[in-house]
Amino acid sequence: MAGIVGYGSYIPRYRIKVEEIAKVWGTDAESYKKGLMLQEKSVPAPDQDVITMSVEAARRALLRAQINPQHIDAVYIGSESHPYAVKPSGTAVAEAIGAIPEVHCADFEFACKAGTEAMFVAYGLVCSGKIRYGLAIAADTSQGAPGDALEFSAAAGAAAYILGNDNVAAEIEETYSFCTDTPDFWRREYQHYPEHGSRFTGEPAYFHHTLSCAQGIMKKVGKKPQDFKYAIFHQPNGKFPMLAAQKLGFKREQWEDGRLSPTLGNTYSGASPMGLSAVLDKAEPGDLILLVSFGSGAGSDGFVIRTTDRIKEIQAKAPRTKQQLDLSKRYLDYGTYAKFRGKILKAE
Amino acid sequence: MFPAKIWREFPQRYRLEAAKCKKCGKTFFPPRLVCNSCFHREFESIKLPWEGTLVTYTIIRTPPSSFSDQAPYAVGIIEVVPGLKITCQIVDVDLDKLASGQKLFLEFRLIQKDGKQGVLCYGYKAVPVADYNS
Repeated sequence: MAGIVGYGSYIPRYRIKVEEIAKVWGTDAESYKKGLMLQEKSVPAPDQDVITMSVEAARRALLRAQINPQHIDAVYIGSESHPYAVKPSGTAVAEAIGAIPEVHCADFEFACKAGTEAMFVAYGLVCSGKIRYGLAIAADTSQGAPGDALEFSAAAGAAAYILGNDNVAAEIEETYSFCTDTPDFWRREYQHYPEHGSRFTGEPAYFHHTLSCAQGIMKKVGKKPQDFKYAIFHQPNGKFPMLAAQKLGFKREQWEDGRLSPTLGNTYSGASPMGLSAVLDKAEPGDLILLVSFGSGAGSDGFVIRTTDRIKEIQAKAPRTKQQLDLSKRYLDYGTYAKFRGKILKAE
Repeated sequence: MFPAKIWREFPQRYRLEAAKCKKCGKTFFPPRLVCNSCFHREFESIKLPWEGTLVTYTIIRTPPSSFSDQAPYAVGIIEVVPGLKITCQIVDVDLDKLASGQKLFLEFRLIQKDGKQGVLCYGYKAVPVADYNS
């Protein structure tokens, strides 16, 4: 059965605490810490973007996959912060990991669902026999306007998955998608920062699609929440994935390992795929995993994944996600953060 | 910064590809067209490891204009295999904690932007070994 042959993640070292952002804008840090369950978030260095983080995550996926990069027939990157408006990120990543030139490249966009879109398509091509291995990457240097609620969560990170038919460490048993046209969050052409519908992003958008997708795929495979060892949901903050899990009937021990957002923030396209990488880092053979992404606009992709014996062989071959999250952090003040993120207007 | 110039350097900048002389075995990074030891012109491409040891470094406080936002920053000479050294920026580090002899990893980073409209130039930079690597 086709599935995940190798996986890798990358989290920048820089962090900023919720209190540091709140004091600049005169907002109440406690309301974000308690209300949205956010403590701090990752920040990309000025020399990091979707391409650089994707390359690092892909290299780590290759370390675990132990395959020749020349056998990767497709490189797909899902993001809403591709460095170029016109010029693919995928070609730079394929070039850097040595997958060129016989490779199909594409950049995906679907707000925060772009990463699982890439996984969905690569998995489909592997299943069809059209490609041997497909590299699907979920990465973002998320944008949030200064002072906006999004600034407290918009973070950076990447997760890469090599999908294939042999030496699989986690089989993908089923996929499912649930989409409607729901304009809850968007960024128009030439705009720096996204706009959102405030509370409209909740019930009609995130929860409707996430819950419907989770229920749809569980019905499709004939499973109930108690059949899963882990469940990972899109995590725009710390609260939403917890509420989604609770509404579906999952217990804390099933969802807490895949919920990174309280100290990582919202890595947009990277969010649920990075949660999956943290779960794979500690999974045992035979564990059943539910992954449900969410992208504004709006839709969710669902995956039912079961780890194989090989998962134990590959976990230690690259840095684990939780270790990157918890160790070697470098904290920023708001001024340096604003400089790093290009939020200071300078003279030409 | 012409796209053609950075494009020609992708093998060494993106994949750390060095050139090993097929006659005398001397390795060059960046690759050369002619071996400066035996003047042979045929080379084998080899990939250098993404880690090394800091030999020496300096702190740049008066940088070129395209690096002005980054100052002060460190540039180091890093030995990646015995006898073969590369020069690059060292980032994500406290400058007062740099020390010759320390182990460094190399990461894929943005080197510079050609203004607001030009191409993005990527390559390698050194970073300290993280706690999760030790």
